[in-house]
Amino acid sequence: MQFKFAKTLGVAAAVAGLYAAPATVLAAEKIVKIDGSSTVYPITEAVAEEFQISKKGAVKVTVGISGTGGGFKKFCRGETDISGASRPILQKEMDACKEAGIQYIELPVAYDALTVVLNPKNDWAKNITVAELKKMWEPAAQGKVKTWKQVNAAWPDKPLKLFGAGADSGTFDYFTEAIVGKAKSSRGDFTASEDDNVLVQGVSQDVNAIGYFGYAYYEENQDKLKAAAIVEKAGKPAVMPSPQTVMNGTYQPLSRPIFIYVNATAAAFKPEVKEFVNFYLKNAPELVKEVKYIPLPANEYAAVNAHWKALKPGTGFGGVPEVGVKIEELLKRIK
Amino acid sequence: MTTQQPAVLKNLDEVRAMIRRHKLNDYIFSIIGLIALMVGLLTLLTLFVDLVMDGYPRFNQEFLSNFPSRRAGSAGLLTAWVGSLLVMTVTFVTAVPLGVAAGVYLEEYAPKNWFTDLIEINVSNLAGVPSIIYGLLALGLFVYILDLGQSILTAGLTLALLILPVVIVTTRESIRAIPVSIREGAYAVGATKWQVVSDHILHYSFGGILTGIIIGMARALGETAPVITIGALTFIAFLPPAPVMAEPPFLNFEWLQSGFTVLPIQMFNWLSRPDHAFHTNAAATGAIIIIVTLLMNGTAIWLRYRIRKNIKW
Repeated sequence: MQFKFAKTLGVAAAVAGLYAAPATVLAAEKIVKIDGSSTVYPITEAVAEEFQISKKGAVKVTVGISGTGGGFKKFCRGETDISGASRPILQKEMDACKEAGIQYIELPVAYDALTVVLNPKNDWAKNITVAELKKMWEPAAQGKVKTWKQVNAAWPDKPLKLFGAGADSGTFDYFTEAIVGKAKSSRGDFTASEDDNVLVQGVSQDVNAIGYFGYAYYEENQDKLKAAAIVEKAGKPAVMPSPQTVMNGTYQPLSRPIFIYVNATAAAFKPEVKEFVNFYLKNAPELVKEVKYIPLPANEYAAVNAHWKALKPGTGFGGVPEVGVKIEELLKRIK
Repeated sequence: MTTQQPAVLKNLDEVRAMIRRHKLNDYIFSIIGLIALMVGLLTLLTLFVDLVMDGYPRFNQEFLSNFPSRRAGSAGLLTAWVGSLLVMTVTFVTAVPLGVAAGVYLEEYAPKNWFTDLIEINVSNLAGVPSIIYGLLALGLFVYILDLGQSILTAGLTLALLILPVVIVTTRESIRAIPVSIREGAYAVGATKWQVVSDHILHYSFGGILTGIIIGMARALGETAPVITIGALTFIAFLPPAPVMAEPPFLNFEWLQSGFTVLPIQMFNWLSRPDHAFHTNAAATGAIIIIVTLLMNGTAIWLRYRIRKNIKW
């Protein structure tokens, strides 16, 4: 026994020595590396699955979830070929990419409706205006706005319990931009989670709760939650989130396009990346619907396709997550 | 006479009452002990039964042999368990020799001075460092400075660092449990230091060391935070290159550089999905992790028992 043990140590040392010789034959392998937003993940996952089936394993695709911001960090270091984003690329990230000499092609792939959700037993708030949402969420509300009555005098004097996305998520950036008017500007005293199921649990268990997250989580949990109709401005009708209201552009300002950013060098010189994005855009209308997101209208997909075929690098946003831009107009801005 | 008899009887009654009282105390204490034990056991059992009931529909062979998928019903654990297995292999091969050698050195060779005291304190403290810290260390050191990438090798080394203190501490404790007379006897018949260590110390402490290793490995299996930090993937529908080949040199180390996912990450991913059908998959994965962990711990206990039985001193 004792000799066996010593021998095991010897073998282990030999194996450890072999680590030192890195295998360098990997270069020939065809891999498409994707990371980024957890919101875009279900779509990319579905595309990756179908793509690998169609290629019969000749091309490998990996998808990670580092969040929109984390994904861009890796993307701008050249570690990934494609990055999913639930908001447009920000100025800071554009600078990082520029510094590393990385150009990107911005491709909207679907719509998502940020849904403001309430507890089903909440019988006072059916329609909520953007102004009221701002009163709840702006930084000045921190520690001051504590009851529903403070937001709207017609609502009861009950504690206001806020649930929202964590500060690293694109959802948080977009919501604050659309509601408060400045990305990342929000009160800090609310229950934040990157995991939307935590928010679902929170809102479904508290009558006084209000929260926001992507439409897919609301759709799966309609038995536990109700959505609020959003009034964009005084005088405008209250609009419920749904695929129809998003596609006809009436659900404003909380409907948002979600993107993939493709490394322009990889798009030009790596045939497997090019093939993957072709496959992505071709199958997006169907797969987006299957994973409970909202597809772009046909004319917008056509515009995105043409943009991709032209391989035009750049962003149409200029570093600001602008709200309510039409996709065709957006793509025209990229020269 | 007649006056003495009742006195003794009275005395006897008192003694009996005292015995009854003490027995009652014993009984009460054993009940308290049992309750304390049950709190732990029942919590685990409830969790486990709950997971098994939630995940029951997914307990089939397909679940283990399918790649992940967007359809909950056909999504499987293949890449996750293969990833876990490969990462564990790297962890084992790294942590065991390092940990056991460090333990033996500290216990048998190191001089007792302030410096070894400092090392001792540090090793004990390392065992309590939150696992996410190891993840951050690994991200800086392995991924960026040593440029090992987000690979199986990186994950294995990270988890090896994580369980190293456990292996070192248990190695030292089981060495310390060996009577001094064994060492003295060996030296007395002229054994060298290495002969004492390899023929006696390692031999007799083998059971304890093995227990420490297996418990450490079981912990590494369930770790999520450090593996997420170094950037494990969530969707990967291909297996790393096979470690064994048909032609010479038969062994292939390309898999060390491959991307990967592990069981707890797959579970975490499924749990955060909107679609409830994926939560069933997550529950099934959780149950599998618990079963494997229990099996590993069970093996540790059984091996220790077997090995201790053969040691006669």
